Amino acid sequence: MIAELGHFALILALGLAFSQALIPLAGTIAEKPLWIATARPLSCGQFVFVAISFACLVAVFLQDDFSVAYVANNSNSLLPPYYKVSAVWGAHEGSLLLWTLILAGWTLAVAMMSRALPDDMVARVLSVMGMIAVGFYLFMLLTSNPFERLLPFPPMDGKDLNPLLQDVGLIIHPPMLYMGYVGFSVAFAFAVAALLAGRMDSAWARWTRPWTNAAWSFLTVGIFLGSWWAYYELGWGGWWFWDPVENASLMPWLAGTALMHSLAVSEKRGLFRSWTLLLAILAFSLSLLGTFLVRSGVLTSVHAFATDPTRGVFILAFLGVVIGGSLLLFALRSSSLGATASFNWLSREAGLLLNNVLLVVMLAMILLGTLYPLVADVLGWGKISVGPPYFNFFFVPLGLLLVLAMGVGASLQWKRQASGSLQRLLKAPLLASPVLAVLWLLLAGWSLKIASLLGLAAALWLILFTLQDIWKKSDHSQGRRTGLGRLKPSYWGMVIAHLGIAVLAIGITLTSNYSDQRDVRLATNERIQVAGYTFLFKGVEQVRGPNYIAQQGSFDVFTNADGDDVKPFTTLKPEKRRYLATGNVMTEADIDGGLFRDLYVALGEPLGDGAWSVRVYVKPFIRWIWLGAFMIALGGVIAVLDKRYRKTPVNVTRGNVTQPSSEQKGAPKPALAHAKKGN
Amino acid sequence: MGRIKLFIPLIIFVVLAAILYWGLGRDPNAMPSALISRPVPAFQLPALGQLASTEDDNQVVAEQAEILDESLFLGQVSLLNVWATWCVSCRVEHPYLMDISETGVRIIGLNYKDEVGAAQQWLAKYGDPYAHTISDTTGGMGLDLGVFGAPETYLVDHLGVIHYKHVGVVDDRVWRTTLQPKYQQLRDALTEKKNDS
Repeated sequence: MIAELGHFALILALGLAFSQALIPLAGTIAEKPLWIATARPLSCGQFVFVAISFACLVAVFLQDDFSVAYVANNSNSLLPPYYKVSAVWGAHEGSLLLWTLILAGWTLAVAMMSRALPDDMVARVLSVMGMIAVGFYLFMLLTSNPFERLLPFPPMDGKDLNPLLQDVGLIIHPPMLYMGYVGFSVAFAFAVAALLAGRMDSAWARWTRPWTNAAWSFLTVGIFLGSWWAYYELGWGGWWFWDPVENASLMPWLAGTALMHSLAVSEKRGLFRSWTLLLAILAFSLSLLGTFLVRSGVLTSVHAFATDPTRGVFILAFLGVVIGGSLLLFALRSSSLGATASFNWLSREAGLLLNNVLLVVMLAMILLGTLYPLVADVLGWGKISVGPPYFNFFFVPLGLLLVLAMGVGASLQWKRQASGSLQRLLKAPLLASPVLAVLWLLLAGWSLKIASLLGLAAALWLILFTLQDIWKKSDHSQGRRTGLGRLKPSYWGMVIAHLGIAVLAIGITLTSNYSDQRDVRLATNERIQVAGYTFLFKGVEQVRGPNYIAQQGSFDVFTNADGDDVKPFTTLKPEKRRYLATGNVMTEADIDGGLFRDLYVALGEPLGDGAWSVRVYVKPFIRWIWLGAFMIALGGVIAVLDKRYRKTPVNVTRGNVTQPSSEQKGAPKPALAHAKKGN
Repeated sequence: MGRIKLFIPLIIFVVLAAILYWGLGRDPNAMPSALISRPVPAFQLPALGQLASTEDDNQVVAEQAEILDESLFLGQVSLLNVWATWCVSCRVEHPYLMDISETGVRIIGLNYKDEVGAAQQWLAKYGDPYAHTISDTTGGMGLDLGVFGAPETYLVDHLGVIHYKHVGVVDDRVWRTTLQPKYQQLRDALTEKKNDS
């Protein structure tokens, strides 16, 4: 019964989304305020019904209703309740429902928090988001219904959730990632709305910026949780694999990063307008492309969901409508936005342009590398994997350049930087960063390598520039404390995110250059020394979990200075789990984490006589990768909190448009003044 | 010109969409190699099995390891399979390689641009279908062979001459329709020759 209720709610949500896509947009064309005014209530209604539908799916999971096919395939009566909830998005159908729920959530958020915007703009934005929602509802109802029943012979018990996904990281990783992916739909809808209206000014950029920042922060968190999960759950000890699905999440992130920076220029200087619109379309298109790649089975990946060609065709058609349609609109309309002012090559604008070029080149390299196997296949060259050698070859030098450019670019002034002041700006970081990098490696006792020196120096360069910039900006006649207090959240957001990039770069550089890894055979009571630590293998015992049986190894860890009689400073217990329902075997590494190094032990295979193959890693500074990613996301969030974005825009670049100011909020708005198409 | 420029993103997308559409109904195909009917290029590389996975995997110390060279291919018909642990498609074809190696087909592995430790672990975990595995950490031999990307499979006769190259996953269909007939032909020719002498 609950399943049918959920199904019915989903159909109603489709109906509301359909109305939301049509009526408000028609209202802006026919200039009917009543139609325009339906946008907000319809968004609320759509959200309510998709939320009911989602709640129904959660309920059938918690009730172990194995007559529902999706539950039977992805849950089991032995599964702990929290995993039953997360199993809702553990496979294709449910994750789509989560996707639409989040889309409806963003739509609702736009509807609620857009009081300062002209009504016709809100109507267009919500209509576009409604169109996207219609596509996803149809996709679900026609090809991937999560509420389908297995009647009249339901199975006794479920097939269990994929053990890889039975992990706390996986409870939050997909929702965060989807928040990011779907969040870009807001910027996309704003871009399409601007194209429809033929109007894009700095007020538009200001509305779009917080939404973009928020989505981008979620995406950052989603990506780094995924990387974190791969590190400790897959038992490979790596943190990035250039897997097609990882690439699929990195591409919208790069486009989103470019978009945020380009939006800054569009807002402050009114430049790069068409480019900004294109990036907004691109960021969401790449999010959709990611969905297509994961679900259509076009590429092989560890993430691949069950593949079904009809689904692939449907998503592709949907991509065609959304991306093709918006790009066509862009081609036809964006020239009418006009307004190109020139800019000086020694200015912040130029720095941001460089940032955009680098990010887009990186994006193109990844897109090429991800799709090359597919292209090769289509052209009849067979199935091929393009591996890390390709990606590292391009990504490392480009990333290095980006970090270097970021340091200088963010310190430049808008419009024009005097070349004399540039020299003063460059002096300290240029001299200090290589020296500090060498000192760092010497003090840590690591060998000097060109790769690690370059990486470290670039990161330090960025840190020094950022600190220097704070120092300069906090200069105030009433003392430095007042000066620091005057700096805006949007500035702090940028500073923290840029420092996060530096921390990330340090983590990547040191981990990839100085990790120590051993794959060894260890008998009971044998020991191995790795990078200053001694690991003593105490043997393996059998333990039982809720839905698995595990071989649990036990390793006492000493620092090399200690003798045997000293208490070990930690004991690591890696496991090899066999899940009862599926018989799948999973490696569960045990990690002693720290800010400056991780000790990582994973069990391989039993080799007889109580001996095991064991994988032992000592990874310096690996946590800095995720710390950096967290700082980047935090920076995005802080920037969103800037009061500036909550004020009603007053400055308008195009003379023929009047903006309602906040005082006029309650008064009737001249909304239809904007409904006329520009030019 | 300015207006036409704005259509470029759309055109790129249309091309991409067309490729994706073909991708939905695609089939793996064979590709001719530049090296067909020429001998396997000369090489001297360590065998993967005996390598110690050292601190830095890319600078493997190969002192104790057995050194393999092109004479490996002499006297028997073999498949040369290029694989790596970073290659997802290799994981897909691995079980099938296990199957055909059990039917007596001699497969030589070329572990291409890979980490020694990871590769050894892979073989320990998923099984080892290879009579020998050449460890090509730098990709030098792959370059000589003209490897596009993993996986690739070469059919090599008893004189070490390459007869056929298959790019992509070897599965049941590929094996039965293309590789096996060619393999059998070479095997038969070899047996005949032996009987003659």
